Amino acid sequence: MSGLLRLALKLLLSDRGKFVTLVIGITFSVFLMMLMTSMFFGIIEHSAANIINVGAKMWVMDPDVQTPQNSIPMPDYVLDAVRSIPGVEYAMPLYIGAGLVHLDNGTYQAATVVGLDDATLFGRPTLIEGNILDIYRNDAFIVVKDPSYAKLGSPKVGTTFEINDHRGIIAGIGRVSVGSLFGLPTLYTTYTRATQDLPSTRYLTSFILVQPKTDKDIPVIEAQTKKIGYLALTDKEFIARNDSFYEFQTALGTNILIMTLISFVVGLSIAGETFYMFVLDNLERFGALKAIGAKSSELVQMILFQSLVVGFLGFGFGVLLSSALVAFGKLRIPNYAAVITYQNLFMALVMVLIISVISAYIGIRKVIRIDPFDVFRG
Amino acid sequence: MILTVQKVNKWFGEEPARTYALREVSFGLDFGEMLYIVGPSGSGKTTLLSVISGILRPNSGSVTVEGKDIWTLDTDALADFRLHGVGFVFQDYHLFPRLTTVENVAVPLILRRVPWEEGLQKSRKILEIVGLSGKGELPPQKLSGGEQQRVAIARAIVAEPDLLIFDEPTASLDGDTGKKILAFVKNNILNERRAIVVVTHDDRIYEYASRIIHMEDGRITDHTGAGQ
Ligand SMILES: Nc1ncnc2c1ncn2[C@@H]1O[C@H](COP(=O)(O)OP(=O)(O)OP(=O)(O)O)[C@@H](O)[C@H]1O
Ligand SMILES: [Mg+2]
Repeated sequence: MSGLLRLALKLLLSDRGKFVTLVIGITFSVFLMMLMTSMFFGIIEHSAANIINVGAKMWVMDPDVQTPQNSIPMPDYVLDAVRSIPGVEYAMPLYIGAGLVHLDNGTYQAATVVGLDDATLFGRPTLIEGNILDIYRNDAFIVVKDPSYAKLGSPKVGTTFEINDHRGIIAGIGRVSVGSLFGLPTLYTTYTRATQDLPSTRYLTSFILVQPKTDKDIPVIEAQTKKIGYLALTDKEFIARNDSFYEFQTALGTNILIMTLISFVVGLSIAGETFYMFVLDNLERFGALKAIGAKSSELVQMILFQSLVVGFLGFGFGVLLSSALVAFGKLRIPNYAAVITYQNLFMALVMVLIISVISAYIGIRKVIRIDPFDVFRG
Repeated sequence: MILTVQKVNKWFGEEPARTYALREVSFGLDFGEMLYIVGPSGSGKTTLLSVISGILRPNSGSVTVEGKDIWTLDTDALADFRLHGVGFVFQDYHLFPRLTTVENVAVPLILRRVPWEEGLQKSRKILEIVGLSGKGELPPQKLSGGEQQRVAIARAIVAEPDLLIFDEPTASLDGDTGKKILAFVKNNILNERRAIVVVTHDDRIYEYASRIIHMEDGRITDHTGAGQ
């Protein structure tokens, strides 16, 4: 480290109180920003659970559908039409709907029912108990062992129940990569059974899952589907559509954005104010350095370095603290949705850098204007 | 000649409230000299020190230090001139309270990009010269006024500048300590490769001057030789 920066560090550390206030202020602000954004990213990810878990390359849906939870059923001919589009390797119907489970103890529990194409079972969960072929047996369902599993009374293979006044039996227990956001247990069955057992509208197909022959066929399939009045999206496009729905068409995104901005402003004001006080306290020293022969650019370096040191320390502590809390939350709360991703780490880092640079700038303006003659005159 | 001052004028503010701090000030300074600037309060002594050390730009006239007309330099070059050419002892020392004494002394070396440890080593040697060898690791506020003054002197000479500038070096010292410090400066710091300019009110230390310039109302009114 250059002597100049070492000197800057010593000046910074010499005022314990302000140094600690600065680091705590930024830590707190990073902590809040991280919690807000990780909650947001977590919610977004979990809300896309069905898209991720089913794992189809392309999805065909009614153009008004925004999320996998709210599908608009499509008539049967759409499946045939999609199958006849050149470039489609295969296409299967998917049913996603809600069912009402009547438990043995007399209570009712809503559940998400996913009906998989009978022939291929495309999009099925990984089984941790039971045999997938048992899904073809009478009244068979596969239950997903996620945090909501207990709401069905933690059923075992062979447990019977009633769903929408039909008999159901657990034929297997499965696992999926992303849990549902809405705290509902998920039951998988065949498309045929799902569409027979659950009350439905005239049309039955929620989504059509499409496997294109090659990636080059994707735009063709999208264009062709559009011609018949439906929307074909790749899984990534569908996730993005789902994201933007939660971000911009629900209050969720806006509120979290506002909270994140408030955390940023709180951090900025604590850090900016304290750092300004720190510079004011040391103005005489910076002035003496200037009189002795330090250039303004060197003083700028020193101050910027000081504010960055504080910023990075606060960032580190803030990330540690928020990671610890998120990890603890996941341990204790089923369905706790927060995730810390590179994205929100990066966002928090950018905000901390902005805080550091603005704080430094306020101090720098002051230091640049010091007239060494004033130091001389005392 | 290390320093030549020619027809320097410096004023503050606008007419009619303008203060003339320096009027047509001219003088020269040789290597090996210890020049005193004395005069009543407000006569322009600090202003003159600032103008000759590259801190305050005069309104007219020229200041030449070792052949260089310093007021033709830009801001960064002036900073370099101060860093390499001038050693300052400020009236209230301006030591850094949370640095150790030896780190304080090393500040001009640090600004000159001398490596940290090397700077500290050199500063320890200088502290020995000013008689503070055991005090290097203490913070300066643990030292007495006279000791702090010597730390400030050590800091001014550590980078071996040719021109030393002392503003009221004895103002906050008792008479005896003040005399001791000036005697020390004259005997140990002053040599044939440098010159020292001292601003003072304190007539008890006049005996150490090579020459005395008397100022009044921004003008040089009298110019006397040593010990007069
Ligand atoms: N920045 C300034 N703005 C306006 N007037 C100033 C400024 N600096 C100095 N002066 C005026 O210039 C004159 C000379 O000031 P200077 O500080 O050089 O005097 P001095 O001889 O050092 O006095 P003292 O012995 O009290 O330190 C004074 O009248 C002072 O008020
Ligand atoms: Mg003065």
